[in-house]
Formats: sequence, C-alpha cells, structure tokens
Amino acid sequence: MTKAGSSPTDTTNVPQIKPPLWVNAEITYKCPLHCVFCYNPLNYASTFEKELTTEEWLKALGEARELGAVQLGISGGEPLMRDDAEEIVAEASKMGYYVNLLTSGIGLTEKRIAAFKAGGLDQIQLSFQDSTKEMNDFLSSTRTFDLKLKVARLIKQYDYPMVLNVVLHRLNIDHIEQILEMAEEMQADHVELANSQYYAWALKNREHLMPSREQLEHAEAVCNQFRARLGNKMKLYFVVPDYYQDRPKACMNGWGTVFLNIAPDGLALPCHEARMLPGLEFPNLRDHDVRSIWYESDAFNAYRGDGWMKEPCRSCDEKHKDFGGCRCQAFMLTGDARNADPVCSKSPHHALVTDQVALAQQPRASDDDVRPLIIFRDDGNSRRLS
Amino acid sequence: MSLANDRPLRFARQYKLQWETAQNAWVLLYPEGLIKLTESAGEILQRIDGQRTATDIISSLQAAFPGADLQQDVSDFLEHAHDKGWIITH
Repeated sequence: MTKAGSSPTDTTNVPQIKPPLWVNAEITYKCPLHCVFCYNPLNYASTFEKELTTEEWLKALGEARELGAVQLGISGGEPLMRDDAEEIVAEASKMGYYVNLLTSGIGLTEKRIAAFKAGGLDQIQLSFQDSTKEMNDFLSSTRTFDLKLKVARLIKQYDYPMVLNVVLHRLNIDHIEQILEMAEEMQADHVELANSQYYAWALKNREHLMPSREQLEHAEAVCNQFRARLGNKMKLYFVVPDYYQDRPKACMNGWGTVFLNIAPDGLALPCHEARMLPGLEFPNLRDHDVRSIWYESDAFNAYRGDGWMKEPCRSCDEKHKDFGGCRCQAFMLTGDARNADPVCSKSPHHALVTDQVALAQQPRASDDDVRPLIIFRDDGNSRRLS
Repeated sequence: MSLANDRPLRFARQYKLQWETAQNAWVLLYPEGLIKLTESAGEILQRIDGQRTATDIISSLQAAFPGADLQQDVSDFLEHAHDKGWIITH
C-alpha cells in the first residue's frame, strides 16, 4: 500500500485533505460517574478489555503529531482512571502538543496534579459531577461540595485557570443559580453551561433531558445577571440545545477536516459518536498508522467535501458553512447519514426535531416520577444495551 | 489600553508560541485553538521572552531587517496582541 504523499499518484487528492490539528484521546471509558447525558457509546463497557497500552497511545500520538496535530484532549470516561495518564500527558507535551485534561476531578490528588504540571499539562477542564444522582447528592451534601472545592483550589494552586464545564438539562437547569454560585465560590474563570446534546446515553434519555423554552429562558436570564455582576472575572458561555435552532451546527468543522478522535480500544473516528454509523469500517490504530487512516481510509473519506450530499444540502448556499450539520444526528433521527441534519428547517425531516421540542413544553413531571425512567450510564446498562 | 514601551513583555498564561513544521509557520496555541501567524507576526512574537520590552523588540527587528522602517507596524501589532490578551506586561 502506498502512503499518502509518498507517491506521485497520490498527489491529486492529497492537497484537498488538510492534516488533522486536534486529537481527542479517550484513554478509557471507565468512569466513577453515571451521567445520564454521557456521549460515550452505549456499548462502552465492551472496550474495557481492549484498551490501548501506554506504548500504543504514544505511538499513535507521535504519528498524529508528525502529520501536524497540535491540540490534544485527554478525556474518557474519566482519564484519571488510568494510572499512566501522567506519562501520556508528559510524553505528549514533549512531542509539542498543547495538552488539555478533561476530568470530573475525581481522583485528582495533589500528587497527581503536581505530576501533570511537571509533565507540561497546559490546561484542566473540570466537569461538574452530575448524573442527577450525583447532582442531587451534590446539591444537598456538603461532603461532595468540599471535595469539589478542594480540587478547584488545587487547580488554582498549580496556576491553572479554573475552567468549569456544566452540562445542563431539564432536571438540573432550574438549579442554575445554585450552580453559578458554586462556580463563583470555586473562583471559576470560565464556565461553560452547555445543554446536553442528544447522542448515546443522552438520546436514550432525551425526553427527560430536554428543557422547555421557559426553562431555557430562565437559565439564560440568570446567566445574564451573573455576567452583569461579574463581568470578565467569570466568563460564562451558555449553549442551548441544537434542537431549538433552525440551522445545524457545523459539526466537527466538517468530517475529517480537523478532528481525530481515538477511542480507548484504538478505533479512529472523525468524531466522538461515529462508531455507531452503519456501513463504515473505522480503522484501528493497532492495525494502521495515523497517516493512512487520515488520508486513505474509506471511513475518513466518506463525508469529506460535498459529493456525498443529498438535497436540500446539495444545492444549499450554506453547505460550506455548516456542512449539512451532523452525520450522526442525521443517521440517528432519519436513518440515513447523508440526509441533512434534521435540525435544519430546510430538512424534510425537521418535524422530528420540532415534535421533540413541542413535547418538551409539557409540564414537568416530578423528579420522583422521572427518576425510575432514566437510564443511567453504568456498566450493567452498557452490557445490556450492547 | 495603550501598551507601555518600557515594560518587559511576556505571553499571557495559556498562550504558547510554537514553530509548526507541518504548517510551515509560527502558531500561537491556546486552549482548544490556535492562530497561524504570518511571517512578520512570527518574527515579532518569537522575540517575546519575558525580558525584552516593546522598544527592545523594535530595535532587535531593525537590526535583523536593516533598511525597513518597522517601528509603526511593530508597535501596532504588539498593541493588537496586547488587546487580544495574547501578551501582557509585567
């Protein structure tokens, strides 16, 4: 097999494919939390026995770096569940990556954060522990709050900005004021309040997670009050669910243009979710190098450019702005990944989205009524749903 | 806010300047993003070392590129970089 760029016959299609810039290394799907909105695949537990070794991770990261990748997310699952997270971060940093650790903070001891700092870790994003189970626990329990505060202090102590990610949904969004007060007490510098996106576990739980318009308006108003009071001291980003919009997101900035996701079992994916798309054989880092995966694999070439598009995308003058939205969402909702993302009001399937939004305007059931209906992300459910 | 010419300049926390062979350019890295720099922006920013002031950087560039009148362009760019929060005085 010829390698891209190494033979004259390749040069016709190579220049259009830009190198990857951003690698997301999902080093494990193990996680102590059970978040109902988790975007890890439903069958995540099947990867436990097949996780890449430290050496395999470093080889893959080295190959991606050689192609030009420079941003690196170390995520999961909970990446701290692997005891080689420090080594992976340090080696990646030496390779010249800008390294960002995405963690719930569970397991982030002073010893570990000191090792990350010494290894060159550039940023830590702390996610709010919210699986509804933990959220309720959190909102009512001083112990969990103290734990979180301790991690926040460590992050500050090691001269990292405090970047807090909170996933919002129907069951927690009304606590927005309490969440922001907590963020303020943690001295957060940046707070991202993103509504859950309906993939994987969140799709399973969609009807229980989608907020009503009224809830969104309330949350945004509270955000604005905090913004007005705190200004640049705590920067707030509020993201509404894409179902409430009428144009799709430019998912991943286009398939196979910038982003390479590596799953714990070595599967190379153009996004976090693509594993579930049928008809595509995603290559594994154990069998192929990053160069051949990125430039030559059918899976990464499948939705590059616009040749794959159907109407209404094909003739749409916005097709190079949003690339027809998200392939996974198109597949999940319409059964065909080549369809327009039904978030788009031009999509003939747009009602699939607006019907859900209409459903979300119905009166909220009590937490006690909803709780038994929720499917928590846990290993038992994962095996059952595989 | 005007940039003081006599104070040492350094990169703001979280901003990193790096030569990227794949892009054949200097890039400025920050959380989840990067800015590909023009050749002249790269020439200016690679002189930021936590010790040199704007005045020092201008002299250094004038020594490296004799004959060109760089003062205004470099000042403007440093001002821009400061406004963007890439660099700070200390």
